Amino acid sequence: MSEILNHPEVQRLLLLTKDGLLFAIWETLYATVIATVFAYVIGLPLGVLTVVGEEGGVRPLPRPVLNVLNVVINLLRSVPFLILMVLVIPLSRLILGTSIGTPASIIPLVVAAFPFVSRLVEASLREVDKGVVEAAQAMGCSPFQIIWKVMLPESRPSLISGFTTAFITILSYNAMAGAIGGGGLGSMALNLGYQRRMNVILWVSVVVLVVLVQIFQSAGTRTAVRLDKRITRVGRKRRMKATRQDAAGGKRGSERI
Amino acid sequence: MIELQHLSKRFPTADGLFTALEDVNLTVSDGDVFGIVGMSGAGKSTLVRCINLLERPSEGRVLIDGLIETADGGPVDLCALSPAQLRQARRSISMIFQQFNLLMQRTCLKNICFPLEIAGASPAQAGKRALELLDLVGLPDKADAYPAQLSGGQKQRIAIARALASDPKVLLCDEATSALDPTTTRSILRLIQDINRRLGITVIVITHEMAVVEEICTKVAILDHGRVAETGTVAEVFSNPKTEAGRRLVYPGGVQVTRQLPGSHIVRLVFHGGTAYQPLIACLAIDCGVKANILGAETKNVDGRAYGYILLGLPDDDAEAAKAVSYLKAQQDVTVEEVENYHV
Repeated sequence: MSEILNHPEVQRLLLLTKDGLLFAIWETLYATVIATVFAYVIGLPLGVLTVVGEEGGVRPLPRPVLNVLNVVINLLRSVPFLILMVLVIPLSRLILGTSIGTPASIIPLVVAAFPFVSRLVEASLREVDKGVVEAAQAMGCSPFQIIWKVMLPESRPSLISGFTTAFITILSYNAMAGAIGGGGLGSMALNLGYQRRMNVILWVSVVVLVVLVQIFQSAGTRTAVRLDKRITRVGRKRRMKATRQDAAGGKRGSERI
Repeated sequence: MIELQHLSKRFPTADGLFTALEDVNLTVSDGDVFGIVGMSGAGKSTLVRCINLLERPSEGRVLIDGLIETADGGPVDLCALSPAQLRQARRSISMIFQQFNLLMQRTCLKNICFPLEIAGASPAQAGKRALELLDLVGLPDKADAYPAQLSGGQKQRIAIARALASDPKVLLCDEATSALDPTTTRSILRLIQDINRRLGITVIVITHEMAVVEEICTKVAILDHGRVAETGTVAEVFSNPKTEAGRRLVYPGGVQVTRQLPGSHIVRLVFHGGTAYQPLIACLAIDCGVKANILGAETKNVDGRAYGYILLGLPDDDAEAAKAVSYLKAQQDVTVEEVENYHV
């Protein structure tokens, strides 16, 4: 037993766990949380606009405005994240004065994630029953009231599922940001694990990431199901069970942009 | 009063313009329960959606009085209102739907509060009013239930309570009972009728079922291919539909076939809402000794009153036939006409 504990590789791992791993987890989480918040600050209104602004929508926008909006979203979504990170370096320098470090990695994360978020929001809002929106119009709701009091609350479960997907995607992007000087678990896996050939660290980072994804996915799905008033008590139990099985099988959380 | 003047609605489609409504003119008086019936695709839903401008008419005017303060106190043309004015006007025109369209993430109470919230009422006020309305529709114990936990009939009751929350002048019912079973349909219709009588709200009922019209409407318009085929009181239209479209709806079983008659004296008896409980044909046989042959009949019992017609084959003997005709003509609420050929 002590032989194993005294093994240099294990010693090194314990040392890194004490100092490095916890710090890497912290860096990963705070970068992901901040990036998700900003991605929603920008992406949620854009997602709403793409739905309400279209022809026959609640508040139609001029055609050219809507087209520009869609083109920008599609454009940003079609650039691979690794390349986008490099392209965004001047922007990071402009805003933060540097392009290296965990705070600087948040900028490309936001740029990559907000178009994705706006598409997720769009998909959620499209699930809202058209009849309900029509009923609200017939009652004399203003476009803003329809968005705020009908569309967003009615799509809440779907928005929460989308939020979970977005959060996990940003988490995995964050790991990639390690390649260009961002911190966190990704940087640990790449720089120590891969480049310095410390296989144990590589695997530990990956396992920690997998565990994080599982935790966030099941928390997100549970919240979405619990808050969905369309599901009756029996249906809820069934859905929860399915979620547990999904999480165990790792089917979820594998979405990528 | 609601007045639709020269209303037309055309939709652009791949093969040019599709005309859903063509020069529709209708007048609905205050306090009426007005039925608009027609086959699928006749334009009923488009018509009702034109009344609250969910669908903007291509031409024509939608005049409703008492919704918005006007300089001369007269009716306003909804099509001429600004978006803000239209929203204001819509608060006095409620609508219920076939699919109920309740907010699924809100409790029943909060659903009923919704129109009041929109109009800027305080939550306490809205809650109080909503509880009263839950009582009115007979579901006082469902305040905290979610729509998913209710049956179809209960959902429609909540939708009705929601529609009443803003104290509307007009209630539009777009196939409101078409998704419900016959018993539930009846109870919902009773509720609508009750609301009309107690609160004096004008009701416009869109339906493809004549039974619904029979049950609650006072007046009816028959819509056919986007045009009003005929309009009048339910009694008039039911006892004697003048148009092809009217006959198709009033007598859905009847196919238009003209047959050679099996006798020389055929009369059509039309019932105009006399008592349904009088055995007329038996009386004819006993009182006049005339044996009449029933060739065809289509009658409806509306609130204990008979509407519809019977085709009678009378004996070939002219004197006997004349005796029977004069006997029948003496009856109340029945008209008798000799027919050359008839529709079955």
